Amino acid sequence: MAKNQEGMTLIVKTITRLTVGLILLFGIYIVTHGHISPGGGFAGGAIIALSFIHIMLAFGKEVTFKKMNQSVMSFFESVGAIMFITFAILGIGSGYFFLNFMLKGKPFKLFSSGLIPLYNLAICLKVGAGLFIIFVILVLLKIPKKGGEK
Amino acid sequence: MLELQLLLIFMIIGAIIAVKEKDLLSSVIAVGTVGLGLSLVFLILKAPDLAIVQLVVEILVIIILIRATIRRDLPFSTSGRWFFNTLVTFVFIGVFLVFIYLYIKDLPQFGQPIMKIAQRFIAEGLRETGATNLVSSVILDYRAYDTLGEATILFTAVMGVLAVMRKVGRKK
Repeated sequence: MAKNQEGMTLIVKTITRLTVGLILLFGIYIVTHGHISPGGGFAGGAIIALSFIHIMLAFGKEVTFKKMNQSVMSFFESVGAIMFITFAILGIGSGYFFLNFMLKGKPFKLFSSGLIPLYNLAICLKVGAGLFIIFVILVLLKIPKKGGEK
Repeated sequence: MLELQLLLIFMIIGAIIAVKEKDLLSSVIAVGTVGLGLSLVFLILKAPDLAIVQLVVEILVIIILIRATIRRDLPFSTSGRWFFNTLVTFVFIGVFLVFIYLYIKDLPQFGQPIMKIAQRFIAEGLRETGATNLVSSVILDYRAYDTLGEATILFTAVMGVLAVMRKVGRKK
C-alpha cells in the first residue's frame, strides 16, 4: 500500500483496478464490431487510450510506463499506419487503391465485409497510441518558466 | 424538434459562461457541458457513431485541459481596446449572418430529399461492401482516402506536439 505514494488516494486506486479492464474490453468490443454496430476504429481507439490515461491518472506515471512504455507506443502507432497503407496497396494487385478484395461473407457476422475490420484495427492502433502519446507529452514535459529574455 | 432547440440554448449559455468565467476550472467545466450537449444533439439527430466519438473525445480533451494547462499560471489580458474589439466582432457577425442567410435560403428542407449519392449508398452499400454499419462502409470503403488523410493528420499532430514540447532543441 505504502510502497507507491504517487497518484491519487486508495479509494481511486481500488476503483480503477476494478474498472479499467472493463473499459479496455469495451474499447476492444467497439473496434471489433465496428462494421456491425455503431462505433469503429476512431471511437474504440480513443476508449483504449482513455483506459491507459485512467491508469496514469490513478497510479502515476511509473506504473503506467511499466505496462506501456514509449517504444511500445511508437511501435503501435507505426504498425497502425503501415497496416493501413499495406492493405490499401494490396488492393492494387486485383484492381485499384483501397479495393476491398476479400470475400464479403454473410452480413451481421463478425467475420464479414472483407477488409473493413482490418482497417478498423489499424485505425484503432494508430488513434489509441497517438492520443495517449499526446496526453503523455502534454502532461509530462513542461515548458520552463520564463526567466528572462530569450 | 423542441428538445433540440432547448439543447442548443443550453449549449449557447454554457459557451457564454465559459467565456465570461474568471476561474479557469469552472470555465473548463462549462466547455465540457457544451461538448456533452453536442453529443446529445448527435444522438437526437440519429447519428450514434458521431455521438460516441464526440463523447469520448470530449472526455479526453477535458482531462488534457485540466491536467496539462490549468496548473500553469497563464497570463490574463483584461485590458485593451474593449470598444473597438466588440464593434469589429459584431460587424463580422452581421456580415457572416447575412451571407449564411443568402446561402441557406436555397438549401432543401432539413433531411427531406435524400441526395443522389447517399441514395446509392443506402441501396447498394450492404451488397457492395458487406458491412451492416453504413457509416463504417462509407468511411472505410467508399471514402477511404478521407480516413487516410485523417490518420496523416493525427500523425502530424503527434509530431508537432513533440516538436513544440521537447527539451532537446530548446536554447537556454
